Amino acid sequence: MTAPARRPAARPALLPTAALLAGAIYCLLPVLWVLIAATKTRSELFSTFSYAPSFSGGLTENVRGLFDYSDGRFVRWARNSVLYAGVGAALSTMVSAAAGYGLAKYRFRGRTLAFNILLAGVLLPQITLAIPQYLLLSKVGMAGTYWSVLLPSIIYPYGIYLCRIYAAAAVPDDMIEAGRIDGAGEGRIFRSIAVPVMVPGLVTVFLLQFIAIWNNFLLPFIMLSDEDKYPLTVGLFTMINQGVQKPALYTLVITGALLSILPLIALFLFLQRYWRMDLLSGAVKR
Amino acid sequence: MDDPGRAAGGSGRPGSGPTGSGPARSRRRRAVGSRLAPVLFLLPAAVLFVLFLLIPIGYAILLSLHGQRVRGGLLGRRTEVWVGLDNYRAALADPELWHSLVRLVIYGLLVVPIMLGLALAFALMLDVPTARLRRFSRIAIFLPYAVPGVIATMLWGFLYLPGVSPIRYAAEHLNLPPPNFFGVHSIFGAVANVAIWGGVGFNMIVLYTSLRAVPSELYDAARVDGCGEWQIATRIKIPLLVPAIVMTTVFSLIATLQVFNEPMTLRPLTNLIPSTWMPLMKIYRDAFIAGDVYSAAATSVVLALATLLLSLGFLRLLQRRAFAEER
Repeated sequence: MTAPARRPAARPALLPTAALLAGAIYCLLPVLWVLIAATKTRSELFSTFSYAPSFSGGLTENVRGLFDYSDGRFVRWARNSVLYAGVGAALSTMVSAAAGYGLAKYRFRGRTLAFNILLAGVLLPQITLAIPQYLLLSKVGMAGTYWSVLLPSIIYPYGIYLCRIYAAAAVPDDMIEAGRIDGAGEGRIFRSIAVPVMVPGLVTVFLLQFIAIWNNFLLPFIMLSDEDKYPLTVGLFTMINQGVQKPALYTLVITGALLSILPLIALFLFLQRYWRMDLLSGAVKR
Repeated sequence: MDDPGRAAGGSGRPGSGPTGSGPARSRRRRAVGSRLAPVLFLLPAAVLFVLFLLIPIGYAILLSLHGQRVRGGLLGRRTEVWVGLDNYRAALADPELWHSLVRLVIYGLLVVPIMLGLALAFALMLDVPTARLRRFSRIAIFLPYAVPGVIATMLWGFLYLPGVSPIRYAAEHLNLPPPNFFGVHSIFGAVANVAIWGGVGFNMIVLYTSLRAVPSELYDAARVDGCGEWQIATRIKIPLLVPAIVMTTVFSLIATLQVFNEPMTLRPLTNLIPSTWMPLMKIYRDAFIAGDVYSAAATSVVLALATLLLSLGFLRLLQRRAFAEER
């Protein structure tokens, strides 16, 4: 693979291209399968080759069946997922932005301690917290409510860490100082000077947390008992659990899986140019 | 830690800024304001941190030191009593916990090296300037990150399930023995595969972006000296990637120790996954099915401590090169 450096139109590197292609196929295979399987009727699912799509109206039948399932529960689950992930990630981003900026741009006693506690929070297995969180929230009568899933999702130590890195790299000290000379208060400086500069970092934190909440299973699984409050992950899990007794549900589960990943994939493809993934590796350029 | 050279850090010291000519009153007010400001910026995060992290941790520790005992003979009532370390002794003496930990080690040894090895390989190949289809592959390999673990497991579950599996279908038509994904040993591979599938892309992107931050003149110089792409990868790129590799390893370890969603979702499709297959599944069962929150709390504390020690030990071992403390 000794590609000459000075010729940009060098012959393609075969081994890396083949390996990348194999990786891409491995990653797309299940998504492609669910796309095709969702077009099949119940009998076709178990009788025809999985990767052969069907055009006998299976898809519309499956989607209708899914939307009719338990009086339209699926639509409610989807709405809940949007609510938990959207509101949770938005609040989380605001809290992280303020805290990250505070840690990056002020010197105060306990700053190093605060940062170290934060790092311990990053390393803590969040999931082992779910059980004590549930027990505590049920003591104050909040378990089983929308709040019980939303509130624990707001604190996001890694998001604060990322905001701190980004604020340190992107917000110039001179601009803050200029704002102070002009007589702006600290809050005003944050809102009108720091936040606009931090937007790419904030978008990244929002997306990471949106996907993390959307994909979360254990927290809502433990907190919620009312099926109408479930997000998609927990809802589909209960469906596949019933599928053992009723294989007829399999086509609905497959269609549900497809419909619940499509919006996220679309969002992801649309927003991927706004991501600052270099944040994650700490490679932000000043 | 403090960098005295950075004047504009907004230190609370009055007169540290170039505002010497202002009226004394407003200067004092501003000094108080900027001393209060970091507190206010950190307040929402600190309150939530205490409410949803510190208090639950404290409560879990408290619970783990208590238990329910029946007092007063046959007609006695169940009351919560202090039991000291009894729950920890019982938890550590429970063979089911050790079995689940052994399974966790097997699973972790499959997931972490394979996932990060693939992520590193893909990141390096994305960085080869003459490789084709780089944009397409990058997006395709990153895509599973957007698929929730529960749904990823459902998709792979159907690809494994006899009767639906296209992999078995293809094998049968090629006169090969159909692979059995739900075997005593292969079940580890089946679950690990779901986690690897979901995690490769994210780690690849982290490694790839830190490669992109390296100035390309470095490689040009190496090429002039006659280095091939392979040598550039092994001698320059991988050493430069060490901090990012350490960070992705720590995060992968933490995620692996908490494995729950994938085996829970695969359970309905096979009878090979008992309810205590992984430590977190055992904790869930103890707390919500067996109804013993005290013992579940003790096991949670043990698992959280083990995770923290493992990741801190790993970071210490590699001289904490992962987190940029001061930039």
